[in-house]
Amino acid sequence: MKRFVKRMGPLGMVAVGIVLVVVLGAVLAPVIAPYDPTVGSVTQRYLGPSAEHLLGTDQAGRDIFSRLLWGARSSLVGPLIVVVVTAVFGTVLALTSVWFGGLVDSFISRILDLLFAFPNLLLAMLAIVVFGSGLSTAALALAVAYIPYTARVIRSTALRERNLPYIRSPQLQGIAGPVITVRHLLPNVAPLIITGATINFGFAMIELAALSFLGLGVQPPQADWGLMVSNGQQSLQKGYPAESLLAGLCIVITVAALGYVGEKLGGRAAAGRKA
Amino acid sequence: MYVLRRLLALVGVLIVSSFLVFSAMYAAPGSPENFLVQGRTVTPEVLAAIREQYSLDDPFFVRFWNWLTNVLQGDFGQSLTNRQEVGDLLANRLPTTLSLVALSALIIVILGIGLGIIAGVRDGIVDKIVLLGSTVGFAVPTFFAALLLMSVFSVGLGWFPVFGSGTGFLDRLWHLTLPALALALPSAAVVARITRTAIREERDSEHSVMAIARGVPARIVLRRHVIRNSMLPVSTIVGVHIAGLIAGSFVVEYAFTLDGLGTLLVTAVQRKDFAVVQAIAIILVAGFGIINLLVDLLYAAIDPRVGTRHAS
Amino acid sequence: MLDIRSLSLSIAGDHGALEILRNVSLTVGRGEAVGLVGESGSGKSMTLRSILRTEPRNATVTGSVTLEGVDLLTLAGEPLRMLRAHEVSMIAQNPHAVLNPVLPIGRYLAEGMHDAQGLSLKAARLRAGELLEQVGIDEVDRVLAAYPHQLSGGMLQRVVIAGAIAGKPKLMLADEPTTALDVTTQAEVMAILDDCRRELGMALLFVTHDLDLAAAVCDRINVMKDGEIVETGVPDQLRDHPAHPYTRELMESRPAGILWSPDATPAPTIAKGHDDFSY
Repeated sequence: MKRFVKRMGPLGMVAVGIVLVVVLGAVLAPVIAPYDPTVGSVTQRYLGPSAEHLLGTDQAGRDIFSRLLWGARSSLVGPLIVVVVTAVFGTVLALTSVWFGGLVDSFISRILDLLFAFPNLLLAMLAIVVFGSGLSTAALALAVAYIPYTARVIRSTALRERNLPYIRSPQLQGIAGPVITVRHLLPNVAPLIITGATINFGFAMIELAALSFLGLGVQPPQADWGLMVSNGQQSLQKGYPAESLLAGLCIVITVAALGYVGEKLGGRAAAGRKA
Repeated sequence: MYVLRRLLALVGVLIVSSFLVFSAMYAAPGSPENFLVQGRTVTPEVLAAIREQYSLDDPFFVRFWNWLTNVLQGDFGQSLTNRQEVGDLLANRLPTTLSLVALSALIIVILGIGLGIIAGVRDGIVDKIVLLGSTVGFAVPTFFAALLLMSVFSVGLGWFPVFGSGTGFLDRLWHLTLPALALALPSAAVVARITRTAIREERDSEHSVMAIARGVPARIVLRRHVIRNSMLPVSTIVGVHIAGLIAGSFVVEYAFTLDGLGTLLVTAVQRKDFAVVQAIAIILVAGFGIINLLVDLLYAAIDPRVGTRHAS
Repeated sequence: MLDIRSLSLSIAGDHGALEILRNVSLTVGRGEAVGLVGESGSGKSMTLRSILRTEPRNATVTGSVTLEGVDLLTLAGEPLRMLRAHEVSMIAQNPHAVLNPVLPIGRYLAEGMHDAQGLSLKAARLRAGELLEQVGIDEVDRVLAAYPHQLSGGMLQRVVIAGAIAGKPKLMLADEPTTALDVTTQAEVMAILDDCRRELGMALLFVTHDLDLAAAVCDRINVMKDGEIVETGVPDQLRDHPAHPYTRELMESRPAGILWSPDATPAPTIAKGHDDFSY
């Protein structure tokens, strides 16, 4: 624990704090949100910050603070699904590919190359056209799009480890493949998986928010940060930027904090890729 | 040769991708016809036209073949929502998207790499800006950047128009400035950071230090050893980001209501107009693949080690 | 000619200053070959870097390094560059790292002669060919056009030596130039160095961890440990009467001294190099 604090540094601990606050906000939303996020009163539109409405109201009279709290939920759950699915399938594919080598490796690599040919958002949109819009479709489609990135990274590291004695000798002794993979190979790629997950979480958050912004992800009247930025666009043009700005800021702060934590945890590779 | 191999690979990928895009409609619940029509009321003639467009009476691979050959000749069929020729729709919108992406790419390269080099070589203000900007910059979604820029410079200061893409070259440029900036900024921030890191590493690399030790003037070492070598990893990253502009452009176009392929795609997805989605998807995959190929070729041109076997 | 006195170098770190060199003093006479022997981390490389002033940016250096009366530690800018280009040169352990991988060999040599030493490009090109022949390379044109990754370590090291003697320097600093090479190539490269040295009357400061190698090549040897010189003397004296316990340790830990016998001398001829090109 102490090493963690040391590694993070003062700024890093602030970032960790921010992430914790956001998570807590999301988890405790039903408890601490003062108002129902989907209910608004026409007479209460565009109110400024006040004691009753900490951050004011939007164009439908809904309390922005409550919407931000509830919005945190979908903004966090989506990326979580993406990250977990990607990590699991990406790792399984990569390790299988590395273990069996040969045709299996080629086959899996070809499939991954195919996925690489599609920009992530496009893949998500194709899935949405076919299966309908909504958070789960978007999240799963995005997860499939992310798998090749994770798989590629894990594969190259696992490839190096695969022929080292500590993997080779149990194999020669006749121990089953899956057992060796889980017991020896997996722990050595675990740090990579975790770093990858942290980075992917940030990107997933942005891309899912973008999908909601386009009306293809989370649907109104549910609260979601990306959706709020979109909803607030007209208000912004009329001179009431609160909804869009605050929701957007939430995204930026959360992703930046996560990115910083990921960087400190995993080294320089973090700041590199963007889909 | 390296180039040929990559080209063939690209063609292969495109064929398989188009197959995937084509078959996507069969993945939907219900019959393909229902999916294509999506509950809109259509006359029997229109229905027959759709059946013909997709050869729904023929076996599967014949359908794919017919569709593919049509596409290669430029016939993308008709929009399922308004019966317009999809090919025409695409042709109208392509220029805006291309201009947007090109302008953004330029910004990323000039601003991103430029600032990165300055930050890498000197420890001054630019360095601090790049460090701060990149930590925050990559976290800013393009749509938010778009909105921010819009609210400050269009609605607030009135320096730029709020929507549309203008007519004539200069007017277009003016209309596309904010969208291009919004699209480019997050990527430019990351590129600047990566460039800075690469430059600092190359400064301490043995061949750079030894060049100084041999008495080569510092400015020449900077140009020939530090900057030139750092362009290797940088070009890869820049390539990735430029390819990513394709996806980002949808969002920016939508936010600024530009008449590009992106807005067309988004509205088509919203209305489930599969013919349009299919067509744009193919074009985007092709564009994405071509950009990636160009980047790989560029890298191979810069680095003499690519494509050859290493000694010792 | 070269007089290092009380050279100390420390680097500021997270946990306080790290002392790399402590009061190092040594001399190299004109045309003399002096060895600097020690294990990894003893500070030998840093001593060389201090002479050429390529020490790390955050290092603090005290003492004096005088070359023919001029204190190198006070030099900067153009005079320093001139020194590096004409008076002192260095060859390092890993030639693959020293050469810029994206530039062909011809450019490396041209850079040294044209950009650093001020020769015209035409003259530099001619001279490059001569130099390569001098270090025993046959296929001059092919080598000049080749990229570093296409040549073997031994071949590259010859190229580096060629570049280093181009300006006929008074002093050459050699930082473990043969450690990364196999034994045969080692002998060849050492022979080339020795030859060049004798032809040019060049002084040599030879850094290595291999006591035998130093003994075969050098007139005098300094033994270094933990940033300090612990003993200095002629090879025979060190072998027969090592004064410092560390020297004794080094003597005892070497495998049977093959090179170190009064009768063995390194081969005086330059072996023609056979390169392996793998285009």
